[in-house]
Amino acid sequence: MATLHTRASARLMMSPAVILLFVWMIVPLAMTLYFSFLSYNLLTPGAHNFIGFTNYYYFLTDPAFLTAIGNTLLIVIGVLLITVIGGILLALVLDQPFWGQGIVRLLVIAPFFVMPTVSALVWKNMFMNPVYGLFAWIARGLGLTPVDWLADVPLFSIILIVAWQWLPFATLILLTALQSLDGEQKEAAEMDGAGAISRFFYIVLPHLSRAITVVILIQTIFLLSVFAEILVTTNGGPGIQSTNLTYLVYAQALLQFDVGGASAGGIVAVILANIVAIFLIRLIGKNLDR
Amino acid sequence: MGSISLSSVRKSFGTTDVIPGIDLDIEDGEFVVFVGPSGCGKSTLLRLIAGLEDTTGGQILIDGKDVTAAAPAKRGLAMVFQSYALYPHMTVYNNIAFPLKMDSQPKDVIDRKVRDAARVLNLTNYLDRRPGQLSGGQRQRVAIGRAIVRQPSAFLFDEPLSNLDAALRGTMRIEISELHQQLKTTMVYVTHDQIEAMTMADKIVVLNAGRIEQVGSPLDLYRTPANLFVAGFIGSPRMNMIEGAEAGKMQAKTIGVRPEHIRLSPTEGAWSGTVGVTEHLGSDTLLHIDADELGPITARADGEFAVRSGQRIFMTPDRARMHRFDEKGLAIR
Repeated sequence: MATLHTRASARLMMSPAVILLFVWMIVPLAMTLYFSFLSYNLLTPGAHNFIGFTNYYYFLTDPAFLTAIGNTLLIVIGVLLITVIGGILLALVLDQPFWGQGIVRLLVIAPFFVMPTVSALVWKNMFMNPVYGLFAWIARGLGLTPVDWLADVPLFSIILIVAWQWLPFATLILLTALQSLDGEQKEAAEMDGAGAISRFFYIVLPHLSRAITVVILIQTIFLLSVFAEILVTTNGGPGIQSTNLTYLVYAQALLQFDVGGASAGGIVAVILANIVAIFLIRLIGKNLDR
Repeated sequence: MGSISLSSVRKSFGTTDVIPGIDLDIEDGEFVVFVGPSGCGKSTLLRLIAGLEDTTGGQILIDGKDVTAAAPAKRGLAMVFQSYALYPHMTVYNNIAFPLKMDSQPKDVIDRKVRDAARVLNLTNYLDRRPGQLSGGQRQRVAIGRAIVRQPSAFLFDEPLSNLDAALRGTMRIEISELHQQLKTTMVYVTHDQIEAMTMADKIVVLNAGRIEQVGSPLDLYRTPANLFVAGFIGSPRMNMIEGAEAGKMQAKTIGVRPEHIRLSPTEGAWSGTVGVTEHLGSDTLLHIDADELGPITARADGEFAVRSGQRIFMTPDRARMHRFDEKGLAIR
């Protein structure tokens, strides 16, 4: 029975956790907001004057800003495409009974446990290096000119690295969804004369739609803030070709020592992330409340 | 057309023989019920006919054609599953239309057939709904609708009523029987419920441990069970089995008498016992009697039969309707 008394004590019990989380979130946000209105550069000590929206003006009119937004979106969309499509295909394969299934499943999950910096370094040095990388070796073996991945196609390389990391996550979620598909439904479709391809498009894919939604939502949150992979491999370059919003804010704060400008950039990033979130939930969140 | 014939069909999973070898003929237009306890292989047998499982040995003929190796869709059969197996993301209309769409029939033909089926099954008002918004009975009808639009040569039902409540099960039983009379198509129906078997079947196949115990019309099985298993399985409440001296008097290892073939009297009779639990069903009263050395006996009496627990009662079995079984459990005729 939820009496007034038990409800009050329940709130009391929950309050430490709620207050801690709230403070944890609100203090950095408030400070960032505050800094974003100051002329605050680490190279010019002294008073930090209130300068209104100047920081925002400079950040938003920075030619790198639009490129960074474009790159951010390209990374999100590119990685989502690869992980969702690849995840579905991998899940379909892993759902088949074969010898050594347990070990293969374990290995497929493995990239998810590798730290982003480590995996980026592995990709940079072992695979994508134009001199001693594996891809270069293969290209030479085929008589082709090796591609200098990180210099020639930096954004695509980063998308590949990030997609490699997130593919296991998508595969795992989609595999569990696939396994929850009622076997009788597939059999019914088989009796109804649906071939393997029709069964996939009419039965399996609709069944997976909810899991796909979850994958897209969760991954988007993390992919908007890809950072370690860029820092370790391309440093946002060449030029600003692989700079995303997160990296631009980082460059502002820790390479140009402009705390005020970086804070303004951070607030812009928060607002943009929220716009994307609202857009996403409107667009595909409907799938979740069926 | 829809005659199905199985000859020495075997099925094993690994080293376990689920079906050691079955021969069975199902005539065109017959309503055949496979009945047996759980794990007796009845569903496996149905799935073998459907083609959802591969046979380990033997031959399956449909309309005289060997379909043992044919794909499920090529056998011209339709199946209604226990879980209905409706496609949850499609409307009722699309669910019913699905097999026709897979058969790439023209849109107007599909539309006509779906609406016809919906009319027969009283689903016309629900065509735009999704399965999740339907009641159990309606889902069942959609599953049947999806089966009938294909005009299959035979219907296969895999325990279709086991997810419904008792009242609905009664109604659906009648609806399926009426459907059979309308369509006159062969139906093969799997159930563990002997009431469904008795009420719907033209021919019952009693299965036990993958073997056919007896094949016959419901009344054949009721009147002349071939062995102890069938005698115990068909009929509710189940037949009383008596062993020992009383059976010896009739030159049998076991004798059986159905509860409804025992005449009860407070004063005189062949056997006597003490009334234990009585179940008043309104139309009948079931008495569970402790009949001393004969063991427990169930008897069916008139609904108005006045009796109370602990009372001494006398029973006279109807000798003409008693069943005798030998050491192997086979009926002595």
